[in-house]
Amino acid sequence: MRQVLSRFRYHLAVFFAVIGPGFITAVVDNDSGGIYTYSAAGSQFGYLPLWTLLPITLLLVITQEMCSRMGAVTGKGLSDLIREEFGLRITFLMMAFLVLVNLTNVMSEFAGVASSLELFHISRYITVPLAAIAVWLLVVQGTYESVEKIFLFACVFYVTYVISGFLVKPDWKEAAIYSVRPVLMLEPSYIYMVIGMVGTTIAPWMQFYLQAAVVEKGITAKEYAESRIEVIVGCFMTSVIAFFIIVACAGAIWSVKPRELQDAAEAAQALKPFGQYAFLLFSAGLFNASIFAACILPLSTAYTVCEGMGFESGVSKRIREAPIFYSLYTLLIVVGAGVVLIPQFPLVRMILWSQVLNGMLLPFILIFMILLINKRDLMGEWINPRWFNVVSWVTVVLIIGLTLAYVGILLH
Amino acid sequence: MTENLLFFTELLSMPVFDLKDRRLGRVKDAALVPLVHASRIDRLLVGGEYSWLTVRYDQVRSVSLARGIHLGDEVLVPYHDDEYMMRIGRDLLDQQIIDVTGRKVVRVNDVSLAIGHEGGHDILIVRDVDIGVRSILRRLLQGVLPRQWIRRLQQPIPPKSISWDFANVVEPDPLRRLRLNISYAKLEEMHPADLADIVEELAPAEREAIFETIDSEVAADALSEVEDPKMQANILEALDPEKAADIVEEMAPDEAADLLSELEEEASEEILEEMDTPDKTEVEELLEFEEDTAGGMMNTEFVALHENANVGDAIAALKGNEDLLDGLNTLFLVDEEEKLSAAIPLARLFVAAGDARLKDLAAETMIQVRVDEKQHRVTELFDKYNLLTLPVVDEDSKLAGVITADDIISVLRQK
Repeated sequence: MRQVLSRFRYHLAVFFAVIGPGFITAVVDNDSGGIYTYSAAGSQFGYLPLWTLLPITLLLVITQEMCSRMGAVTGKGLSDLIREEFGLRITFLMMAFLVLVNLTNVMSEFAGVASSLELFHISRYITVPLAAIAVWLLVVQGTYESVEKIFLFACVFYVTYVISGFLVKPDWKEAAIYSVRPVLMLEPSYIYMVIGMVGTTIAPWMQFYLQAAVVEKGITAKEYAESRIEVIVGCFMTSVIAFFIIVACAGAIWSVKPRELQDAAEAAQALKPFGQYAFLLFSAGLFNASIFAACILPLSTAYTVCEGMGFESGVSKRIREAPIFYSLYTLLIVVGAGVVLIPQFPLVRMILWSQVLNGMLLPFILIFMILLINKRDLMGEWINPRWFNVVSWVTVVLIIGLTLAYVGILLH
Repeated sequence: MTENLLFFTELLSMPVFDLKDRRLGRVKDAALVPLVHASRIDRLLVGGEYSWLTVRYDQVRSVSLARGIHLGDEVLVPYHDDEYMMRIGRDLLDQQIIDVTGRKVVRVNDVSLAIGHEGGHDILIVRDVDIGVRSILRRLLQGVLPRQWIRRLQQPIPPKSISWDFANVVEPDPLRRLRLNISYAKLEEMHPADLADIVEELAPAEREAIFETIDSEVAADALSEVEDPKMQANILEALDPEKAADIVEEMAPDEAADLLSELEEEASEEILEEMDTPDKTEVEELLEFEEDTAGGMMNTEFVALHENANVGDAIAALKGNEDLLDGLNTLFLVDEEEKLSAAIPLARLFVAAGDARLKDLAAETMIQVRVDEKQHRVTELFDKYNLLTLPVVDEDSKLAGVITADDIISVLRQK
């Protein structure tokens, strides 16, 4: 028994040794917004949206690779570089917008906390304030790092989607065909869904978070080759999970009757092969994903802003030493959680708008990233090769196009 | 606010007029030449119609916030960059700076200048580096609102700045883009733990620059205080092996061995090669042990005396080992074969007569471990017996080294 235990502990150690910034970013990427969007896509359109995953993965790999490369080579965060190379005014505008966007993201995470526990009829007026206080304390008390491992481990939950994806006996032939065959429909709800998938997968905060995490972990240009593999594997993992969420929803919900998801209870149907445990699993997974992201988002935002603007930052500092850092962090949590509690607040619309805002900010950040990564005095031999630049600019244009389409549809 | 104060952001885009009051252009940047004068603005760079022009400080007649800059000489040369020049807008603004007094890393938001007089013309002297909210507000609004309005708006916000006296302008190096402007002498005066905190927040290039410049002893203390072993290794690897060896020699042998074992084989050998022989042998011996055993945790900084020694001998031995005194709290006695026989708490020497035999002062029970004892057993012993120092012996019961409480604290903190 003792031996089994120690072997288990060994595997656990290996598991945590290989996971790094890329892995964590990938996991947080499938937050409550992600789960909801993929579930909605699968339930409403079945296997049709699967083809988007390949290009989305490509976009994701390109952006994430650039961030981690910049972090490893310069040893500086993205906001530091923007400030040093483009000055205060641009940084300020960027940071102001980022705070706004991330605030709406935090709201959707707390909304995820609320709806995951409301499946068990626990009122959001109890769960959301408790979650907010817990998140705040976790980071301020400095216990976050150890808890992060629990969060990461709890992400094993996503495996339930993989299992469910097999158990619901989906039409694999159709799934395989639609994975590579693009289906373009001019139906607004379809376009809307495709853009939503891009928006939820590639978010602005991830670029800042990933680069800062690479710097924080002390990865240097020399060790970058290994780190790159981890980042790319992380990106594919995100997409694999998205694939199975869509397949599970297509098999369990769409094949019965295609419909728009109304609430979390319906989304939990995707796990119905687990019988009476489906609700429990879904709720636990959604809760974990939401609260994990609710920990990372405000913290990453506070770091990014303070480093860019040149204020003292860091959880190792006392509140008096880094007042702006802590106020910003607290404000994001208090407002993010508080808004969810306002009766009749248009929460769903808010979450949709948060994705539009994400989409609007993203191209600007990508443009700055491409400009920065091509500066030879910063990156030395690590600047983008020409083909990479072509691909990245195409990415930017694509995302701008999608965003404009998205805004167009929303305003229509 | 005094009239003769000018902020760099206000100086930027200020109009420049020649002798006949014709407008030449606007100020684009200002430069110091640290080799000539550490704080006087040496040149103004003015954007003319086609290219930038250089205005030397003695060509300026008057500078004022309301009326702009009037020249006293109009033989201007076109701007060309040179390596001795430190341009405030390009090289200083927005860069990271270390606030030695506040012990933190902040960013340069603005620079304040004093308008002085020298030989019948106005000169600009750099006074402070502005940090904090007030300077951010000023930067954001500059060019949007009239300068005088901004001054009134910022009035209620308390200023935050670092005096230029604290900045020791190192030669700007355009390639490495190192923009640290701090006095290294001031850094050396800081507590090593504070210095380590600052160093941890910097980018690798700046980190290495600091360690290259400061005294090896200070560098060694600061390096031991850096918490992340991987960062320690990165810093050491980036340094020139000779400098790295100097730093490692100054460290306690056990810490040095731990650190070197984090490095890649090749790098650690290069450093060992550069070290002096006595230090090198000690560290090499320690490197032999597994990191998570008593042998890997111990250091060789102890004082051992012969069994028959008296208090006077002990005092004499301590006088010869002054560099060990700071952390010392126990003396050890060994027999003819160097086998450990007793441990004496240092404080007992003070209350004993000069000719008292050390053996009689020994602690009643002596706890010791072998070099291959596991780390967790060692920490248990410290906890159980409230130890400050634990002797480590080899297979032949010879005293090999000691583990001190601070070693245990770092082990526990890393968990």
